[in-house]
Amino acid sequence: MSADAKLAQQIREISGVDTRKCMKCGRCSASCPAYNEMDIRPHQFVSYVQNGNVEALMNSKSIWKCLSCFACVERCPRDVKPAKVIEAVRLSVIRQRGENFLSPDEIPALLDDETPQQLLASAYRKYRK
Amino acid sequence: MSIEAKNENKEFKPLIVAFCCNWCSYAGADLAGSSRLAYPADVKIIRVPCSCRVNPLFILRAFQKGADGVILCGCHPGDCHYSTGNYYARRRMTLLFSMLDYLGVENGRTRVEWVSAAEGVKFSQTMNEFVEKIYSLGENVRLEDLRCKKN
Amino acid sequence: MQRIGVFVCHCGTNIAGTVDVKRVVEAVKKEPGVVYAEDYQYMCSEAGQQKIADAVKNEHLTGIVICSCSPRMHEGTFRKAAEKAGLNPYLVEIANIREQCSWIHKDMEEGTEKAVILARAAIAKVMLNAPLQPGESRVVKRALVIGGGIAGIQTALDIADAGYEVDIVEKTPSIGGRMSQLDKTFPTLDCSSCILTPKMGEVNAHEKINIYTYSEVEKVSGFVGDFSVDIRKKARYVDMDKCTGCGLCQEKCPSRKTPNEFNRGLNTRPAIYTPFAQAVPNVPVIDTEACIKFKTGKCGVCSKVCAAGAIDYTQKDEIITREYGAIVVATGFDTINLDKFDEYYYNQSKDVITALELERLMNAAGPTGGNVVRLSNGEHPKNIVFIQCVGSRDVTCRGKSYCSKICCMYTAKQAMLLKDHYPDVDVHVFYIDVRTPGKNFDEFYRRAVEEYDVDYIKGQVGKVSEAENGRLLVQGVDLIDNRQIKMEADLVVLATAIEPNKDVRKIATMLTASIDNNNFLTEAHPKLRPVESPTAGIFLSGVCQGPKDIPETVAQAGAAAIKVVGLLAKDKLVTNPCTAQSNPLFCNGCSACEKVCPYGAISYEEQQVMDGGVRENRRVAVVNSALCQGCGACTVACPSGAMDLKGFSNRQILAEVDAICR
Repeated sequence: MSADAKLAQQIREISGVDTRKCMKCGRCSASCPAYNEMDIRPHQFVSYVQNGNVEALMNSKSIWKCLSCFACVERCPRDVKPAKVIEAVRLSVIRQRGENFLSPDEIPALLDDETPQQLLASAYRKYRK
Repeated sequence: MSIEAKNENKEFKPLIVAFCCNWCSYAGADLAGSSRLAYPADVKIIRVPCSCRVNPLFILRAFQKGADGVILCGCHPGDCHYSTGNYYARRRMTLLFSMLDYLGVENGRTRVEWVSAAEGVKFSQTMNEFVEKIYSLGENVRLEDLRCKKN
Repeated sequence: MQRIGVFVCHCGTNIAGTVDVKRVVEAVKKEPGVVYAEDYQYMCSEAGQQKIADAVKNEHLTGIVICSCSPRMHEGTFRKAAEKAGLNPYLVEIANIREQCSWIHKDMEEGTEKAVILARAAIAKVMLNAPLQPGESRVVKRALVIGGGIAGIQTALDIADAGYEVDIVEKTPSIGGRMSQLDKTFPTLDCSSCILTPKMGEVNAHEKINIYTYSEVEKVSGFVGDFSVDIRKKARYVDMDKCTGCGLCQEKCPSRKTPNEFNRGLNTRPAIYTPFAQAVPNVPVIDTEACIKFKTGKCGVCSKVCAAGAIDYTQKDEIITREYGAIVVATGFDTINLDKFDEYYYNQSKDVITALELERLMNAAGPTGGNVVRLSNGEHPKNIVFIQCVGSRDVTCRGKSYCSKICCMYTAKQAMLLKDHYPDVDVHVFYIDVRTPGKNFDEFYRRAVEEYDVDYIKGQVGKVSEAENGRLLVQGVDLIDNRQIKMEADLVVLATAIEPNKDVRKIATMLTASIDNNNFLTEAHPKLRPVESPTAGIFLSGVCQGPKDIPETVAQAGAAAIKVVGLLAKDKLVTNPCTAQSNPLFCNGCSACEKVCPYGAISYEEQQVMDGGVRENRRVAVVNSALCQGCGACTVACPSGAMDLKGFSNRQILAEVDAICR
């Protein structure tokens, strides 16, 4: 198994997602509130993993932009759970580099009145546990 | 391996009786055949109209006569040709198998499986697995009637 | 003394390739009871059958065993051959040494050994076979069609045209079904009612067809050729014979607030109503839940205005019991409930509608007279968004895993018609795949894109919400351009998944017809017997069997009809003689068998039995062999061993077990 395939397999295992179930309808990306912030879009995450191109996902800023709102999971008609894939990629990056995207000290400055609670909760998920 | 052990082990050929309902599983076995999906020759099939035709006595008799495993195949729940026969079979066999287990005939030697007329692959897989299981359990001695053996 | 003949087939090399047939012949010759054994290239051939006939005569055989292919293949052939030779056909047993031996084993030794054992089992069984006589059952020359949509109408017409009586049972007050709700039909854009109404008239006028509208099947008993069905004819409170269909009662009825089912609840109807103007029969019914007379006792306007005196508040439901030879299920479909699809804003906004609702809006006889308007404010929509696959191809608990099949085409149709009527509108279609297999179907869809400028967007909608200006805000994605779209729309049309009619499970249970996880009725064979249910005498027509469009439904309706006609053309049916029978001497009258019988074939009666020279009256089980299908559930349930199954008796099966385990 190539390194790429191995990495893709690892993402599938962490996320528990069977990427073959995707029928490429795009309802995940249609539902995504952070779509315009992302360079690689939720539906592409599924297809990138399927094609063994995880490296690109790990370098993508999308993994830090995902709000973990799970709208894509809720609306996916094939039960694919794209948000789980994104989370799995994020976890892999954290595991590999041992780095966090945000420093806790930076967070208060980033907050404003409009920031939903959900975002705070999900921001903490992005930390090395 | 000692010579004695070799003699003891001299090719254990299990005897397996499979009861198949006429409408689904027997047709599934036919499909396995026409698709050339091999399973061991140890399996001998008896055709019954429905899985609910299988009297627990038939299974006891098979063990008494030296069978090493008995498998009952019927239509999938909800698909019975006679609408409810396989439900009766399922309940009856649950009771029978737990009794057999109590008597020392391991649960692995008895099995109920749903195989439809379209599931040739499943039929052959099931039989392969079942035979393998019987090989691992070895000869059935618990219920065998020695008087029958002399026959 | 039994004299058994064994015939071993080579089946070319199919059997002889892995089974040493000569050795099988030698081995079976040693079996007790076997007086004759031979092998032959093809037992099923003319010459092979002659060999059987010769041996039966010359050797005075009392039973034969054929070692050949599966009994499912040639049991009938060999039974016929035996019968021709003067042997009861049920004295034939087959040892399946092809499908279950030669084809799955490679080793000659192993194959031969197994073939011998299978032959022995068959010999042991045939020794105990008894000659059986198949019974005969009658065929009632009348068919029942459940459902009065286009499927039921076409089936009924085809059966009736062949000369047989047909009854149609329809739940609603009129026949016509879903097709009567449609505006135009794809791909030719014929007006739906223009092609359906003449058929409804034809059914109504046909002397061989009898229609029970506002009626439901309540109970079914019997079996192929001889069903007995109870039909509940619900009280209409209007005398069908007296009513002239003038419609005055509907006009004057003061209770007018009930949602109109025919218009999918887009407007209201009076308490006394016909579903639509061309209803057949054109006789209204009174909805007692809406009727003021029934609720308060004070009103009676309809009765006062009816010049024919047809209104009868005292009518009662009527149960009609009739006999039928065949039953056709044509129960059709409905659209799924959208409560679980909150993101499409269907329950919140009047401007989000299903495609079927749009059909009613576009129809000249519909609630808006054919003007497509936003139901929230009555204005003409400027920007219309269609969303495909709402609930279809959805494996979650919200939707249906299958493709509803018709949506791609009707969406193209609706989009084109909207563009045609209102050239100023913009139409967008969000799709996953456009599936248009069918004659002139893809050309039709391409016309929508190329001639009508319908904007097809490969992608889906994630969310519909309300914009501040009162329009709808549609958030979707364009997967080709890789961009998220947020557009304002005036009307959103959902291509809602279809599902079988809610009543079908109840009906299938009454008919003992099988049904799949999606509540579609199962065919006897998915390819070769697509219009028959596995239950004999039950036939399938239309969407109750699977999603299909009108041409396919009509084709299937005709196919179901010819199967029915083929059955009704027979004078008698041969029944399976392998039925259960109870030995009154052993029966203890416990009723265990009666409870497990799925066909109600077992009853109890007082019988005089001679037990050990003592004459006694006992309550014993009696099997109706015309009803018994021979499953054998009763034989196992019987605690005293009184019940046995002919052809698969306890002794026969035990003999097989013994032979195999020898």
